[in-house]
Amino acid sequence: MNGLFEYIKTVFKGVGTLLTGMKITGSYFFRPWKHVTQQYPENRETLKMFDRFRGEVIMPHNENNEHLCTGCGICELNCPNGSIEIISMSVLTEDGKKKRAIDKHIYHLGMCTFCNLCVKACPTGAIIMGQEFEHAVWDRTKLTKVLNLPGSKIAQGVKE
Amino acid sequence: MSETKEIIISTDKIHTDQYLVNMGPQHPSTHGVLRLLVSLEGEVVHHIQPHVGYIHSGIEKMCEAISYPQIIHLTDRMDYLSAHMNNEAVALCVENALQVEVPDRVKYIRTIMDELSRLASHQLWWCVMGMDLGALTTFFYGLRDREHILDIFEETCGARMTVNYNLPGGLMFDIHPNFQKRVKDFLKEFKTKLPEYDELLTGNVIFRQRVDNIGHLTLEDAIAWGVTGPSGRGSGFSCDVRKHQPYSAYPMVQFEEKLDTKGDSFVRYRLRIEEMWESIHIIEQLIDNIPEGDYAVKMKGVIKLPEGEFYQRVESARGEFGVYIVSDGKKNPYRVKFRSPGFSNLFALNKMAAGHKIADLVAIMSTLDLVIPDIDR
Ligand code: SF4
Ligand code: SF4
Repeated sequence: MNGLFEYIKTVFKGVGTLLTGMKITGSYFFRPWKHVTQQYPENRETLKMFDRFRGEVIMPHNENNEHLCTGCGICELNCPNGSIEIISMSVLTEDGKKKRAIDKHIYHLGMCTFCNLCVKACPTGAIIMGQEFEHAVWDRTKLTKVLNLPGSKIAQGVKE
Repeated sequence: MSETKEIIISTDKIHTDQYLVNMGPQHPSTHGVLRLLVSLEGEVVHHIQPHVGYIHSGIEKMCEAISYPQIIHLTDRMDYLSAHMNNEAVALCVENALQVEVPDRVKYIRTIMDELSRLASHQLWWCVMGMDLGALTTFFYGLRDREHILDIFEETCGARMTVNYNLPGGLMFDIHPNFQKRVKDFLKEFKTKLPEYDELLTGNVIFRQRVDNIGHLTLEDAIAWGVTGPSGRGSGFSCDVRKHQPYSAYPMVQFEEKLDTKGDSFVRYRLRIEEMWESIHIIEQLIDNIPEGDYAVKMKGVIKLPEGEFYQRVESARGEFGVYIVSDGKKNPYRVKFRSPGFSNLFALNKMAAGHKIADLVAIMSTLDLVIPDIDR
């Protein structure tokens, strides 16, 4: 008789613990404003990533199509997986001296691990991390980018 | 007549062989590509032989070709749930080798980040543990709370999981101006959410039947197999590196090493929940007192370690994580070895699950909190 009583007690206790759990899920069911889910991609217009978010390496240009890159190649050295290739060229300055300049700053987005080491190492701050994260493309050659825009040149007064 | 008798006797003696079943590598409860070769006798597990190597990424070998700051970003990808601790282990190892003392600010921030990762990792473990046992609700509740921590990481470090926030000699960036406020808001909220975890799962009768008195690991076995972290502490093995070999800001905070001697699945579960409370407690002690100062010391452009061998261990969310660097004085290490907690913990699975039903194997494996890239680094 005692055994039966104990058994029934366990059953009720067990059902009780289930109800405790259901109380929580139920309470959230009736408080939908407590949800944290974002409606992506519907919220694309308003979606703003954090400033430091590392989406891709970009090279900002000013309105005169000028950047800060000297072509020193330090970013290439610091990249752990060879995502950056620097092709530099030498140009003649006004006073007739030879000077190194960037020809192509090639960036392989498909290989990049977004470690920020290149940005950290760049002595002139020519490259930064961009917030774009929708990188899906149909053709992987599109993932190789040249960061300095065509016809761009180095801004005045950038010291190596 | 005598012939018939013979036959009856021999059916009595039919010998049932054990049969071998592959669990994984594509089994949802192995949380990745882990293959367990299970010998079964009926439904009872007789022996488990884990086979690893399906996603072996050769990180140790890759480390030999790259410089020390670059090694750190690879450690993110091993135990991706304790990325901060792995980063820190390499950074500390290099700092100790060069005898660089980092500012207090760095130590505080590192410790806070460690504990936030531990919280995030345990939250994910909790929700996955529920999911393995069929309670899908926990999965969403755990991820909901983890999202806040990942937002904190994203704001300060720039990435959610592969944070790469530590560098030899300090940190990648200073903390974001919002950091302290966000962490405090999160803690305040999470302290109301953590009791919900208990109500949802800890007390649940179905869950308790699946984990109580199952998967015992004795203290001797825990030590013999090197089971560390909450899994080892559940068997009474006091192995918390934060207590025994404190690093960063751990000597400055008060916290308890949670221990139990019972060694079953439920104890391992409970210790992790208790560790979450301890982590909250640690962060609360530090968050308001982050000292002013630099977030990194100036290091040489090319970091070269002196010749020799260096070892540093930290407590990751799964147990003791160790970095062993052999240097020959160049800018790349000669050899790097990572002691990953998951690897040792996994091989104790045989001791825990042998003799239990195959369904219990899933529950026991969940309590080990395995991360496969950590095992197959
Ligand atoms: S973020 Fe890292 S992996 Fe990507 S290009 Fe820069 S250094 Fe290379
Ligand atoms: S981006 Fe910076 S580091 Fe790279 S080549 Fe240009 S100036 Fe040098």
